Amino acid sequence: MPAELRYNNEIERERSIDMQALYAQLLVGLINGSFYALLSLGLAVIFGMLNIINFAHGALYMMGAFCAYFLLNLAGIGYWWALIIAPIAVGIFGMILERTLLQWLSGLDHLYGLLLTFGIALIVQGLFQNYFGSSGLPYAIPDELKGGMNLGFMFLPIYRGWVVVFSLVVCLLTWYLIERTRLGAYLRAATENPTLVRAFGINVPRMITLTYGLGVGLAALAGVLSAPINQVRPLMGADLIIVVFAVVVIGGMGSIMGSIITGFALGVIEGLTKYFYPEASNTVVFVLMVLVLLVKPSGLTGRAT
Amino acid sequence: MTVTADDSIPLTPRTIRDEMIAFAIMTVLLMVVPLTGIYPFFVMQALCFALLACAFNLLIGYGGLLSFGHAMFLGTAGYISAHALKVWGVTPELGILIGTAGAAALAVITGLVAIRRQGIYFAMITLALSQLLYFIYLQTPFTHGEDGIQGIPQGYLFGVLNLAKPTVLYYVIVAGFLFGFLVIFRAVNSPFGEVLKSIRENEQRAISLGYKTDQYKLLAFILSGTLAGFAGALKVFVAQNASLTDVHWSMSGEIVLMTLVGGLGTIFGPVVGAFVIIAMQQYLAGFGQWVTVIQGVIFVVCVLTFRRGVIGEIAHYFRLSL
Amino acid sequence: MRTRIIVSLLLGTALSLGAGSFAVAQDKTVKVGVLTDNSGLYSDLGGAGSTLAAQMAIEDSGMAAKGWKIDLISADHQNKPDIATAIARQWIDVEKVDIFMDVLNSGVALAVNNVVKEKNSIMINTGAATSDLTNAQCSPNTIHWVYDTYMLANSTGRALVKAGGDTWFFLTADYAFGAALERDTSAVVVKSGGKVIGSVKHPLNTADFSSFLLQAQASKAKIIGMANAGGDTTNTIKQAAEFGIVTGGQKLAGLLLFITDVHALGLKVAQGLNFTETFYWDMNDATRAFSTRFAERMRNKARPTMVQAGVYSGLIHYFKALEAMGGNPHDGAKVVAKMKEIPTDDPLFGKGSIRVDGRKIHPAYLFEVKKPEESKGPWDYYRLVGTTAADQAFRPLSESSCPLVKK
Repeated sequence: MPAELRYNNEIERERSIDMQALYAQLLVGLINGSFYALLSLGLAVIFGMLNIINFAHGALYMMGAFCAYFLLNLAGIGYWWALIIAPIAVGIFGMILERTLLQWLSGLDHLYGLLLTFGIALIVQGLFQNYFGSSGLPYAIPDELKGGMNLGFMFLPIYRGWVVVFSLVVCLLTWYLIERTRLGAYLRAATENPTLVRAFGINVPRMITLTYGLGVGLAALAGVLSAPINQVRPLMGADLIIVVFAVVVIGGMGSIMGSIITGFALGVIEGLTKYFYPEASNTVVFVLMVLVLLVKPSGLTGRAT
Repeated sequence: MTVTADDSIPLTPRTIRDEMIAFAIMTVLLMVVPLTGIYPFFVMQALCFALLACAFNLLIGYGGLLSFGHAMFLGTAGYISAHALKVWGVTPELGILIGTAGAAALAVITGLVAIRRQGIYFAMITLALSQLLYFIYLQTPFTHGEDGIQGIPQGYLFGVLNLAKPTVLYYVIVAGFLFGFLVIFRAVNSPFGEVLKSIRENEQRAISLGYKTDQYKLLAFILSGTLAGFAGALKVFVAQNASLTDVHWSMSGEIVLMTLVGGLGTIFGPVVGAFVIIAMQQYLAGFGQWVTVIQGVIFVVCVLTFRRGVIGEIAHYFRLSL
Repeated sequence: MRTRIIVSLLLGTALSLGAGSFAVAQDKTVKVGVLTDNSGLYSDLGGAGSTLAAQMAIEDSGMAAKGWKIDLISADHQNKPDIATAIARQWIDVEKVDIFMDVLNSGVALAVNNVVKEKNSIMINTGAATSDLTNAQCSPNTIHWVYDTYMLANSTGRALVKAGGDTWFFLTADYAFGAALERDTSAVVVKSGGKVIGSVKHPLNTADFSSFLLQAQASKAKIIGMANAGGDTTNTIKQAAEFGIVTGGQKLAGLLLFITDVHALGLKVAQGLNFTETFYWDMNDATRAFSTRFAERMRNKARPTMVQAGVYSGLIHYFKALEAMGGNPHDGAKVVAKMKEIPTDDPLFGKGSIRVDGRKIHPAYLFEVKKPEESKGPWDYYRLVGTTAADQAFRPLSESSCPLVKK
């Protein structure tokens, strides 16, 4: 082969390797984005419906992961059942919280809900840390989802693929439930105009409690999903909580679809940052938040407060 | 954003008198501390945080703006002062000035960005800006990352006062605290303060009356940030180090807690709140694992039953203005 | 008359002599302070276990029977240098603490180091990693007991390169400690004939390492060095297993790992990991005996980490020095000087010594994590792969920038 052609081939190959690395990072970013979307879903539901800024979201996510651990190690119940049982269990805990503590704050400023749930988060995390230490507990990937496939430009673990699919399905189902079904309509109405809805004979306080339970259950579901890939630690939610907040704020506080889209977008942007300027990957979400809030104050698709 | 503050009590000469009496009592108590057995370092640290909480309270209690990023002022002034004192070798008064100026500059920049939004969005922007700053400080070499700037010299204030002596340092910190406190007191009980309170109660009406509300809010933000920076510069002398914990968002959370416990919208509330929280951290440190849980319980109890905070409840009960 | 004078003179002399010796022998009071992280990221490494180790050291030393009165207090510094220095000052000024033990977290350790030096107290640091404590920031009042970044890099780096791992890729936590660990290990790798072909810095407390692991995988380096700690390390290891990094032929090198991390990961995920520690509960009969007693009194029957073992060992040596001095002079630098004179010998770390820069010397052990089939029960995790002798493991005095070292 003449020298020039050989030289061109090599440049092509080098550039394509770089593209491969980029594709890999983008796919990883998409996977992380789906996780962010699922995690912020619960927060968006609770804020959108109840106007409560649920700072306990991270702690409840952690409880979901721990619940999965207990189900496996104390009761021999595996991952698949944990996906159903853990959210329900933690959701019930959330509903109890709402009944006993949060309901006294209805009608008050956002600030108090934020502070109360912040306090709850401290209590839950502190208690778990006292009993389980800080290093964490092991939880394995279920056998059916082990291993991976070689996609050519990267090795994709099957579990990660499952995370994307599952998150997407849950996100869309939740969005559909809230925005398109009658139950969802009742929920939205109950929080927008409780008196009128009560006049129709609908039990508004129960709706509110159920909504909070739903949001909490979603957080716990994200926890179960994350247990096989992240260490199950008491502080696992504390680091994520402000990122999740940022996602909800950027997407528009109160918009479910906004949070979903932002979650995915953030994952991809973070993935790119990890490729070009990895040290900043935890901080890029805040740059995004400042930019979005300056240009469009109520977030991408949210309604103004 | 309405916050419970008992401003239903009008500003009469009697209320001013109540506040002056309370101020006099506070000053006397602070002056005699070295004569009692109380360990002065604890009080000094509490005073720095008290000033910080008061500055924060100016913004939320009177301006109705919840800032979740006040740690950035504390930390910025702390780092700049620390660097000036240790590396450039300036005198203490210059160090404090430089640090406070740094915080003021930061307050202007961040204020211009943040003031344009309200409510929860304002809180989120301040949080985001604070996190950005945290990241910047983590990366820049002069802060030494998580080791922090250590072993800062205390020096001689104005060339005569030896700050290495605990008693001297104590009175200097008290003086600084009282100065900052009086600035806030003056700002609140002034026409500027009245306009601020009216903006908090009903911004639309204030605008319709012809006030440029954004300017007032920005001014309050800058004042609050500068005083927070002043507290941070003072703290450098007490702790003799400046570290990343001063810029982390959990520090901002602690400031909120102190003000909440003491009483949002009261002048003396943040002081009491700061002392309570610092005391808790120090004296419960022996309980080790339970500190976080106890802090959480205090948050919950305060929000549910004690919403006016310690001073707020006392003021409400005795119909005083504090 | 004369007899009375003689008797009173004799009595006077006897009394003054007696009073003189009383003044030295009388003060047999000691207050020990354990300043650790009880509620945060490092609470499993030290925490309540460090306080327990200190308690056991006081009991085992037999000092009470020799007339000593020893008090123990402990506090949680919450990983905040502010709180740590405030507690340190209060302990020295008000509580009259003589010696600080544990002091996990490099930033906190350096801050407390300054306070201890200023007030002439003592710190035996068993928890922090920074080698600065015996280098630029060394002090006549501080002894660095268990490990430091230089020793970890030296032991793990050299051993792995010798075993064939001559190309390295670093996954570094983006803060001073991570950078120091990467720098020290790179130097050792290069000196031993290896090559560092790449590195990536990740933010502290990252949950997801996929992007970084992919980059490490693409580099095809034989060894992936993890210059991070705590939750970051355990997450990296767990996710590396997912991406088939180890099955793909690359080896993971933990630069700072503790037995509690391995316990948290489980053997299935952690098997095959190589890293250095200076204490393992199952090394010999002496360590086993101590560890069984320790585990009985620990909340979840955990075996001691090297940090906690260091607290025990350090206190035993401190008491030995005090006994040799006949009393507690409450003078930090004096007691530390005495501790440097006496060679160390305790059931946990064996024979060693304390150098002039405050660095305690003892052998460093390279461990490999067992496969699940090889383990006989919980906490039976390590297999000894190599040993670096005490005088070779730590930074040589010739390379030290400590002002106490006379060149």
